[in-house]
Amino acid sequence: MIRFEPRLAPSRVMVYGAPILAVCFTLVAGAMLFSALGYDPLNSLYLFFIQPISDSYGLTELFLKATPLTLCAVGLAVGFRGNVWNIGAEGQLTMGAIVSGAIAVTWYDSTSMFLLPIMIIAGVLGGMAWAAIPAFLKTRFHANEILTSLMLTYVATLFLGYLVNGPLRNPEGFNFPESRMFGDAALLPLLFDESRLHIGALITLFVVLLGWFIMSRTLIGFQVKVVGLTPLAANYAGFNPKKVIWMSLMLGGGLAGLAGMFEVAGPIGQLQPVISPGYGFTAIIVAFLGRLHPIGILLAGTLVALSYLGGETVQMELSLPLAVTGVFQGMLLFFLLACDVLINYRVVLGFKRKAA
Amino acid sequence: MRLELSGITKAFPACIANDHVNFNVEAGEIHALLGENGAGKSTLVKMIYGIMQPDEGEILWEGQSVTIENPGMARKLGIGMVFQHFSLFESMTVLENVALGINEKGPLKELAKRIVEVSDKYGLPLDPERYIHTLSVGERQRVEIVRCLLQDPSLIIMDEPTSVLTPQEVDKLFVTLRRLREEGRSILYISHKLDEIKALCDRATILRAGKVVGDCDPSKESARSMAQLMVGEEIKIPARNPNAKVGEDRLVVENLSMSTDDVFVADLENVSFTVKSGEIFGVAGVAGNGQNNLLSMLSGERLSPNDEAIRMDGLSVGHLGPHKRRKLGLAFVPEERLGHGTVPEMSLADNTLLSGHGVSDLVQMGFLRFSKAHNLAKKIIEAFDVRTGGSKSEAKSLSGGNLQKFIIGRELLKSPKLLIVAQPTWGVDAGAAASIHQALMNLRDEGCAILVVSQDLDELFAITDRMAVISHGRLSPARPTHDTTVEQVGLLMGGLFDQVDAWDEEAQR
Repeated sequence: MIRFEPRLAPSRVMVYGAPILAVCFTLVAGAMLFSALGYDPLNSLYLFFIQPISDSYGLTELFLKATPLTLCAVGLAVGFRGNVWNIGAEGQLTMGAIVSGAIAVTWYDSTSMFLLPIMIIAGVLGGMAWAAIPAFLKTRFHANEILTSLMLTYVATLFLGYLVNGPLRNPEGFNFPESRMFGDAALLPLLFDESRLHIGALITLFVVLLGWFIMSRTLIGFQVKVVGLTPLAANYAGFNPKKVIWMSLMLGGGLAGLAGMFEVAGPIGQLQPVISPGYGFTAIIVAFLGRLHPIGILLAGTLVALSYLGGETVQMELSLPLAVTGVFQGMLLFFLLACDVLINYRVVLGFKRKAA
Repeated sequence: MRLELSGITKAFPACIANDHVNFNVEAGEIHALLGENGAGKSTLVKMIYGIMQPDEGEILWEGQSVTIENPGMARKLGIGMVFQHFSLFESMTVLENVALGINEKGPLKELAKRIVEVSDKYGLPLDPERYIHTLSVGERQRVEIVRCLLQDPSLIIMDEPTSVLTPQEVDKLFVTLRRLREEGRSILYISHKLDEIKALCDRATILRAGKVVGDCDPSKESARSMAQLMVGEEIKIPARNPNAKVGEDRLVVENLSMSTDDVFVADLENVSFTVKSGEIFGVAGVAGNGQNNLLSMLSGERLSPNDEAIRMDGLSVGHLGPHKRRKLGLAFVPEERLGHGTVPEMSLADNTLLSGHGVSDLVQMGFLRFSKAHNLAKKIIEAFDVRTGGSKSEAKSLSGGNLQKFIIGRELLKSPKLLIVAQPTWGVDAGAAASIHQALMNLRDEGCAILVVSQDLDELFAITDRMAVISHGRLSPARPTHDTTVEQVGLLMGGLFDQVDAWDEEAQR
């Protein structure tokens, strides 16, 4: 018989070492997976993890993909600390893209310098509005935000599908389900020529620092942490749990909406039926891999972005299916959670009962 | 010699809980194990009951050296234990609970018969078919004792059995314990209530910091001399200031009522009382009679349905949350220290922010001022002699007594106009309890109005000016403490506010 016994004091080193350990386990399991498929494991891992970032274009692509992941994850992490489980960042991202994209398409021939700032604000508000629905349902009817935010994701993606097939379809686009290409004034400035990395990456860095500051230095962050750790003590302090639910969903939704705006006004440049390869969902992995700490999330976001690039490389080089990306992300989360369990609990073998 | 311990030593990573402890329990005696919190009493009895193993030393049972590997083995040897915290399933009957807790298996009918036999024999009336949640705390303890007696133990360990009982229930328990002694059974009685030990026990072993510091006959010692052995220093008895003046009404509660869906908690029914500035008002009562609801309504954690029902300095505050009441000068020390009064995973400095945000300079413009929080935490640690690694220690790393000193200090340093304290010295050692009592009385002399809700009658009699008793969600009329006797309080705890009320209740049933 196998039982888990709580450890008295989880090791501090291991709490932060777990993500690194999880990455190592993922590499080992990945190597085994590749060799089981009949490929040279070392070469495959090289193709997956090293080759995509072996040139400067690859690096800019890495940060391009890390941008939406990090943005979403920073917002989600705030909620996770406060026990608000927003699973619907993907939908909020989509909504941000739709609202800002609709503005870009409506004024596609505008050259105003205000267009881009307006789109940014619209993207944030779009994400917030979508996150406001679960917030309202939770505070008013105690509806579980995991379910409502997740289900609203599908509403958002279907709504996007309707728009690009209907009202926002490019009238000169041969009936392809796509919007017009955005005008130049609606596209984010690039950081480097010959790359797709845009100014949103810098904004993301700023958001990471801001997120760290809010969580560790302000009463808002303190409230979120107390509500998440000990609701009764939050009550004692007079912190309003409803306020924390609203705040963290607004923050998570707003940042996801911003990420959606960055995608359509950045690398994509138009509205399409699919604008995100699951960034909003993957951001959940990123948030936990980064230990819910904004700086950790930045590192984790970069690492997980690599799994997207690596997946594309092995798709091209080894003609493996794109699902490989999901497999690696799944393994990463699996090993991380397993490490976390073993940090907090010890495995006890045998039938003998040992009372504490 | 029934039980003899020689050279028992048990060390934990942080401390030595027992250091070469020697003592023995004879057949047919009630032996007290006396000591402050953290003196090592619990560790010692856990080793006797087989929950822990000693690092060194020998346990002799009836003259034989034994290794007690687990509680099951202890029960087979004839050692029974009644824990301080009951392990009963609320939604099951007495019979089912007893059946679950004993080693042997057999038909339930026979067991029910034996429960009735045992409970009759020892004066512990129990109906095997009753559900636990319908029983009072005293009756629940009877279930634990009967369950223990069914195993026919020759040594019974009782861990602070009277902490939850009314005075009358304590008297009944003592009758039972004396009868058990007459049968030749031994009882190891753990407590820090000195009067009880004097009244009940034949011998006492006093532990301090894991070592045996004395053996005495409690009937020949004074409570004071035993307390000094226990603490190792002179205990100061809180001094009353005869010149203190009682001022105007600070807290007025009028017809405060509330009801919950929770069947295990008493609703509040028309609770009315007044606390004046410069007085300590005590609310006595056995746990679970509505204290928690009363406290959460007074602190603002739960809002009163009627704004007028709670007034501070004439201002209706029933609809104000904790934060706004704090701004009016309220300070609140909840009963639960870890997880209510503090966040266990946060540092002491962070925990000063819990009740300090908005009413001090710890937070400015929404930004946390860490250096100020650390300074405040250090000040509390120094002023209230909190034993800890420092302001960065996590709250959960402190012992219960030290954490209580920290919380009391945190609230007292705010110089509140109204202080509400639940169980101020629960689980705190005698020396610290005296200093907490002194601090409360000093605060009163400065003109603060203080409400103390406690189950410890000695404490209420020692420090309060007036007191009332809460029972089934109703509060008795307040009386001056010096005009009140323990017996009266005991009757009030039973809900007998006056005979008419009691008849009314009968008629309603």
